[in-house]
Amino acid sequence: MAGMIQQVQMTGIVKRFPGVLACNNIDFDLHAGEVHALLGENGAGKSTLMKILYGMYQLDGGSIAIDGAVRRFHSPADSLDAGIGMIHQHFMLVPTMTVAQNVALGQSSDKKFLLDLKTVTERICELSAAYGLKVNPNDLVGHLSVGEQQRVEIIKALYRGASIIILDEPTAVLTPQEVDDLFIILKKMVKEGHGLVFISHKLHEVTALCDRITVLRDGCKMGTRPAAGVERHELIKMMVGRDLKELSHRDYKPGAERLTITDVRASGDRGTETLKGINLSVHAGEILGLAGVSGNGQLELAECLIGIRKVDSGRILLDGLDIASMKLNERIAKGMAIIPEERMRDGAVNDFSVQDNVFLHDHTDKEFRTGIFLNFKKMAAHAKKLVGEYTVKTPTLETPIKNLSGGNIQKLIMARELARKPTVLIAAQPTRGVDIGASEYIHQRLLMQRDAGTAILLTSEDLDELYALSDRIAVIYEGTIMGVFLRQDTDIQTLGLLMAGIRPGDAPKPDLPIASCEG
Amino acid sequence: MMNVFSFDVLSGVLRTMIALSTPFLYAALGETFSQLSGVVNLGVDGIMLLAGFFAFYAVFLTGNVWLGLLAAMIVGLIMGLIMSLVSVTLKAQQGISGIGLQMFGLGMSSLLFKVLVGTVKTVSGFAPVKIPLLGDIPFLGPILFNNNVLVYGGFLLVPISWWILEKTTLGLKIKAVGQNPAAADSVGINVNRIRYFSVCLGAVLAGVAGASLSISIANLFQDNLTAGQGFIAVALVYFGGWSPVGVLGGALLFSLANSAQLWLQVLGINVPASLAVMLPYLLTIVVLTVAVNRGKQPAALNKQFFRGEN
Repeated sequence: MAGMIQQVQMTGIVKRFPGVLACNNIDFDLHAGEVHALLGENGAGKSTLMKILYGMYQLDGGSIAIDGAVRRFHSPADSLDAGIGMIHQHFMLVPTMTVAQNVALGQSSDKKFLLDLKTVTERICELSAAYGLKVNPNDLVGHLSVGEQQRVEIIKALYRGASIIILDEPTAVLTPQEVDDLFIILKKMVKEGHGLVFISHKLHEVTALCDRITVLRDGCKMGTRPAAGVERHELIKMMVGRDLKELSHRDYKPGAERLTITDVRASGDRGTETLKGINLSVHAGEILGLAGVSGNGQLELAECLIGIRKVDSGRILLDGLDIASMKLNERIAKGMAIIPEERMRDGAVNDFSVQDNVFLHDHTDKEFRTGIFLNFKKMAAHAKKLVGEYTVKTPTLETPIKNLSGGNIQKLIMARELARKPTVLIAAQPTRGVDIGASEYIHQRLLMQRDAGTAILLTSEDLDELYALSDRIAVIYEGTIMGVFLRQDTDIQTLGLLMAGIRPGDAPKPDLPIASCEG
Repeated sequence: MMNVFSFDVLSGVLRTMIALSTPFLYAALGETFSQLSGVVNLGVDGIMLLAGFFAFYAVFLTGNVWLGLLAAMIVGLIMGLIMSLVSVTLKAQQGISGIGLQMFGLGMSSLLFKVLVGTVKTVSGFAPVKIPLLGDIPFLGPILFNNNVLVYGGFLLVPISWWILEKTTLGLKIKAVGQNPAAADSVGINVNRIRYFSVCLGAVLAGVAGASLSISIANLFQDNLTAGQGFIAVALVYFGGWSPVGVLGGALLFSLANSAQLWLQVLGINVPASLAVMLPYLLTIVVLTVAVNRGKQPAALNKQFFRGEN
C-alpha cells in the first residue's frame, strides 16, 4: 500500500482533566510492522493517550510527529486523513444500518452526494478476502455477534486507508476462540505493514501478540520493554507498583448444600424466555463459578436469585427453604448477601455518603437504632470499622460514594454485604471495571469468605479470573447450563468452546458464508 | 338538506382533505428530518404562526404570493437557527427550548398582527393551477390536479424526502447522527453541523407550512391561526414511524377526519360543533397510543451530544 506511515512519535504528552492529570509527560512511539502494547490499570491514561493521537482529545502539552513531521489533530477526521484509525472499546457502529452503510458512513462517495453502496460492498469483499475478515456486507449490524461487529470496525479502519490502527481493549468482550481469530487477523495486518497499538490490561495477551510493551501507571510512563523474554512479575510490578500475592493453593472440602436451583425458568427484559430450566447447587465452603459470554442469562439468573426478577417456574432453595417468591429483604434475613453486577445502579445510591451506603439495608437493625431513631454514633463507628478493615480509600465517611473509585466502591459494597456473615453470597462480576490492585483484594476476600464456610456463586466474563477462583465451574449458554466441572477436570479452552455453545465432539461450526461476495 | 352520501359531498370532503393536509406534510416532513438527526423540535407550531403571519403580511403589503413564501422561509430559517443554537450548541433540553420557541411564535405573531394589521383582513393567496389533461379526469381531476403550487409541492416533498434519506450520503449521515452520534463523530462527521442543517431544514419547511395556512388555505391571519396543528405535525412524525411515506399516511388520515368534521358542520348535521372540532385530535391520541412504533425511534432522539463522554 502506498503512503503507509513508517513511524509515529509522541513526545512529552500532557493531558489534564478537571482535578486529574491524565497524561503526565508521556513519550510513546510506534513503527510500521509492529504491535506496541499499552499496558496499565484503569485510569492509567492508556485510552486518553490514544484518544489524543486519534484527535478526540486535544493535548495540553507535548507534540505528535508522523514520519518526522509535527502534526496536530483537531478531530478524528484529521487523524483519519493522516492514516490513523481507532477501534474503540465500545464499538462506534449504528446498529440499525447494514455493514456496508456503516462502512460508507462519513466516506466521500464516487457518485458525489449519492450513496454508492455497490462500490462499498465490492471494496469490503476485497478487504474481507485480503485479511480474512469474514462479514456479510448486507447484514444489519445490530444482528451481528460482538466478534463480527469488531471485524466491521477493523474493515472500517482499513477502508479508510488507516495504516496505523489503535485497538482499545479489543479482547474484553470476546470469547477465547474469538480472541485467537482476532490475533490471526492482527498478525496478518502487521505483515502487510500496518502498525498497531494494542491497549490491554491482560498480561498473557500482551506477551502473546505484541513486539514491545509500554506500561503506564497513574498517567506516567513506567517504561517500555521488548515483549520477548519479559518477566510477568516485572510487568505487574510496573503496573501496580508492587508484587501481587499469589492465590494460595486451596483444599476443596465442600460442606452442606446451601443454595439449590431447580429448573428455574424466567423471561428477559424483552419478554422472551431467557432462562430455560437452570439446575445448579452451591455448597458451603465452595465457590461455584458461572462462566458465559455476556447476554446468555447470567445477569437474569443473578437477578432471580436476589429477587428483582420474577421466576416463571422452578424452585430456589436456601437451606432447604423455597425463596423463589420471597422479597429481597426476606432473602437477606435468611442469610443471603449480594454483590450486584451494576454496582452503581443496584449496589449503591450514588449521592449518598459512604456511611449511608453502608446502612442501605441494615438501618432497620436493632443494633443501630434507639427506638424509632437512628443511632448515628453506633452507625459511624460501624462504618468506620468497615472502611478500615476493607481498606476503602475515602476522604471522610461523609463523602458521596460516587466520588470514590470503582475499586473502592466495590470494596465498600463487599464490606457491607460480608459484615452480615452471610451463608450464601451472590457475587456478580465483582471485579468488572476494577483495577488489578483492588481486584486482588476482592479475590482474597472472596476466598476468605469461602474458607469461612459461605456458599459463593460467582459470575464473571473474565474466564481467567473465574478459573483461578472457582472450585467448580458451570457454563451457561443461551439460558441453559452446558455442564458443571470440577476446576481440575477442565481447562480454559474447553470452557471457551462451551461458552460458544459447542460441546466437545461437536462438529466445528461451518465458516460464515459470504454469499454476497461471490461471483 | 343535501344527501350526505352524494358524489359531490364525497368529492368535496376529499378536496378539502388534500388542501388541509398540506401544512401537515410540510411541517411533519420537516420535523422528520429534525428528529432523525436526534432533535425533537416542539416549536413547530410557533414557527408556523410567526412564518404564517409574515407570509400574510408580505402578501398584504405587496400582493406578491412568492414574496410571502420567501418571507415565511426566512422566518423559519431564523427560528431554526435559534432552536439549533439553544439545543445543539448550548445543549439545552430540547423539549423545553421547543416549548419556548412555540410560546415566542404564538405571542410575537399575535403582537405583530395587532400592531401592524389590527383586524382580520383577507388577501388573495396562491391560486389553483389546473394541470392540463390530468385535471380533466372525472372525479379525481378536480380533487388531485386542480390545486395551487404549495399543495403540489407538499406532495412532491414526500418522494423527495424519501430519496434524500435513503439514497444520498447526506441522508445516511442524518440518520447516523440520530442513532449513534458518537459513531458518526468517530468517522469524522460533524454532528453539530448535521443537526443544525436538519433542524433548520425542518424549521424552513415549518415556515412553508405556516404560509400554506395563511396564504393558501385560509388567506387571512388571526390569533393562533394554527390551533395546535404544529403539535399534530410532531405527533404525525411518531405516527409515521419516522418515514416520509408514513407521515403522508398520517397527514391524509388526520386531514380526512378534519375535513369530514368541517363538512358535517357545512351540511348542518346536528353534531355539537365543539365535539366535531375535537374529533380529529381525539383520533390522534387514539392512533398514537395504538400505532407508535418505538423500535424505529432514533436512539439518540432528545439526547444532547457531548464528545468523548461515552
